[in-house]
Amino acid sequence: MKNIIIATFTTVIALTTFTSCNNSGKPGGKSGALGSNIAEKVYVAPGEHDEFYAFMSGGYSGNVTVYGLPSGRMFKEIPVFSQFATSGYGYSEETKPMLNTSHGFIPWGDAHHPDISQSKGELDGRWLFINENNTPRIARLSLTTFETEEIIEVPNSAGNHSSSFVTENTEYVVAGTRFSVPIPQRDMPIKEYKGNFQGALSFISVAPETGNMDIKFQILMPGFNYDLSHPGRGKSHGWFFFTTYNTEEANTLLEVNASQNDKDFIAAINWKKIEDYVNNGGGTMMPANYAHNIYDEETHTATSTMKKEVRVVNPIEVPGAVYFIPTPKSPHGCAVDPSGEYIVGNGKLSANVTVHSFTKMLDAIKNEKFAGEAYGIPILNFEDVLAGVVNQAGLGPLHTEFDGKGNAYTTFFISSEVVKWKLGTWEVIDRKPTYYSVGHLTIPGGNSGKPQGKYMFAMNKITKDRYLPTGPEMEHSAQLYDISGDKMELLLDFPTHGEPHYAAAMEASIIKEQSQKIYKLADNKHPYAAKSDADTKVVREGKDVHIYMTTIRSHFSPDNIEGIKVGDKVYFHITNLEQDFDVPHGFAMIGQTNSGLLIMPGQTKTSVWEPKEVGVWPFYCTDFCSALHQEMQGYIRVSAANADTPLKWSLGEDIE
Amino acid sequence: MKKASIIMIIGSLLLLGLFKFPLWNIMLGAPQYPDPLGMNIYINGIKGVSEFDLQNIDGLNHYIGMKKIPKADEMWEFSVFPKVIFGMSMLGIIIGLLGYFSKISYKYFIGWFIAMSVLGVLGMYDFNNWLIDYGGNLDPHAIIKVTNPDGSPMSYKPPLIGFKKLLNFDVTSLPHTGGYLMFIGMALTIVAFWLGRKASLKKRTS
Repeated sequence: MKNIIIATFTTVIALTTFTSCNNSGKPGGKSGALGSNIAEKVYVAPGEHDEFYAFMSGGYSGNVTVYGLPSGRMFKEIPVFSQFATSGYGYSEETKPMLNTSHGFIPWGDAHHPDISQSKGELDGRWLFINENNTPRIARLSLTTFETEEIIEVPNSAGNHSSSFVTENTEYVVAGTRFSVPIPQRDMPIKEYKGNFQGALSFISVAPETGNMDIKFQILMPGFNYDLSHPGRGKSHGWFFFTTYNTEEANTLLEVNASQNDKDFIAAINWKKIEDYVNNGGGTMMPANYAHNIYDEETHTATSTMKKEVRVVNPIEVPGAVYFIPTPKSPHGCAVDPSGEYIVGNGKLSANVTVHSFTKMLDAIKNEKFAGEAYGIPILNFEDVLAGVVNQAGLGPLHTEFDGKGNAYTTFFISSEVVKWKLGTWEVIDRKPTYYSVGHLTIPGGNSGKPQGKYMFAMNKITKDRYLPTGPEMEHSAQLYDISGDKMELLLDFPTHGEPHYAAAMEASIIKEQSQKIYKLADNKHPYAAKSDADTKVVREGKDVHIYMTTIRSHFSPDNIEGIKVGDKVYFHITNLEQDFDVPHGFAMIGQTNSGLLIMPGQTKTSVWEPKEVGVWPFYCTDFCSALHQEMQGYIRVSAANADTPLKWSLGEDIE
Repeated sequence: MKKASIIMIIGSLLLLGLFKFPLWNIMLGAPQYPDPLGMNIYINGIKGVSEFDLQNIDGLNHYIGMKKIPKADEMWEFSVFPKVIFGMSMLGIIIGLLGYFSKISYKYFIGWFIAMSVLGVLGMYDFNNWLIDYGGNLDPHAIIKVTNPDGSPMSYKPPLIGFKKLLNFDVTSLPHTGGYLMFIGMALTIVAFWLGRKASLKKRTS
């Protein structure tokens, strides 16, 4: 009887598994008034899933980390702009081209502002875009494989900071320059900055099916610093807004010299107008040199192509396309509310938050009420465009997001707090301290027409005493708040990796269903793949030796190789034959000067080894793959450069 | 009798579900396999519940020296069973039709049921023999050898029906949709017999 009960029960579980895949994600706690127990609100029971994904930029780590909310648990670090010895990204032959640039191979990057692709103003969970600030680049990550699929370099740019934000149907991912530079680059005195340097704002088109990126046009703007940007949405779709500082055009001691003007600008760009202009042949093709790197999921290999020209647009040649909105005190964050009406400028040296009205801006433009112009670009009157001011809200407003219920949340770096205020009345509703000195905050879906306003988290720049101390260098700290009620409630502290400048977050439902489990071996088109034991071989081409090797629990094939010589360049092309979820194999070769490999089921990766000494050298699996993982090893015999040891290999029997 | 004959025909037709749906299903769950691996046994071959389940079951079984799951052409059963099922279904339909036109007695219905039951028991017996061989005929060079307390090699025979714990795996073996359709079909032929008998008794008494 007991057996029948168990059997029935097991079948029910099995049937549920087939029909519903995985429904184990549950929100972690009680609602509003009953939620007296804060711990319960962030507790996600063992084996249960978080309600939200959060993708945090790694700042100077160059990568992206994936977190769950509300638990604050980190699930993965995705290598993007930095070499990652864990998996071999940027070390393996297949992925080295991903880090190619016009300056050559760059092993590192400074990743800033992730943004999730959108359809009709809502997050669609297909891709994540993120910018590299130092050597300007934009990357596109797949949210099915959670791997970097594409990186495009941005020419004529420096300090790629007002990036990488997408328009409401992912028509464009936009990248603006923080540091203006001579365009084209040339040898000139630095003091001639003013009037000579320019700032490029790049509109990178995204192919609707593949996501492939291409620089459609660059707008060459006056030499200000373009700090952050946001797309218009809803009624303001078709516009893009960039905050600027250093409208003084200072080239030295910017902390003083770029803080003199009472107001800088928000640049309002009618990109639809410029798109039409470009589609009708407007703009000029300018010689350039920038890398476009694409990772192919079927060949498991990246290719890097150097592109040689880019289309640039002089904004004053497109009347009605670009305006400046005066905005107080070196604004940092630029935010557009879900309706598209309000454009928030966070004057970082101010105590107020300035909000502009899109409708009033259009009126002012229509009536040609201009206060003047800068380099031929009309400047609107501050008062004509102003929707309202959140007075004395805090010190040093940096960044604002929205909950979709008529409220905005602004971070204040200097007073170290998050302030909740109401759109339209501009009254402060609540304030909560952060620990310490918050940079950006994120509300899931906050940068879209449809925020999922249940939680908000603040990414802080200073950690100090929040955790057990770890010496002078510590991870940064984030704080999670419940924003479902009138007042914000601090729920959780959690450490973050690198320096998250921003994060993109969304409800888990779409992404978790599409997350890929394995790569199909049948689809593997890697030119050096061995798809079965029968395909394994060792081929010598002069000094290059290609080993077509396979892994399956729990052996390499072949695992005995002879005939390698000192001075050879040995390519280990390793295919993981497993087709089972979460059964990677690792590879490490003694004396290897790059990194090991971590190879996912169905994947092929290549590592190069250059033996320098005669001997018999072992290699082994680095991922505890199975009960016989310790047995997963092999030997390579290395003979002298002039030896005549024949090239032979075997598995399961001695080489004769 | 007409009603009984129609039920007989429906019951026989339900056997044809076996050409579309699995007869039997064996699921293997383990701590490492929260989404269990599974095989669906059709009358014409074995398929994985998910795309790579058979390959993964074979991969795991190699540790304990089990043979690979047979392909359709490696067992005679997978060519004979479809013929037997199709034949019995047709036979049942013919009996039903003849009953409908009052050419034969309702007793043929139970006759069909008994024949089908005998074939079914033989099929189960044969299936169980395969399970015994599959679970017990192990490679002497197996990587992992587990013995019973008496020193004899442990058998990894999955249960014919029900639940069994095999090392780290929870194995559940139960009929699947095709099997259930067959059982319902066979049950309907008994109903047909019973209705036919009732109708016949009524006729006799009236």
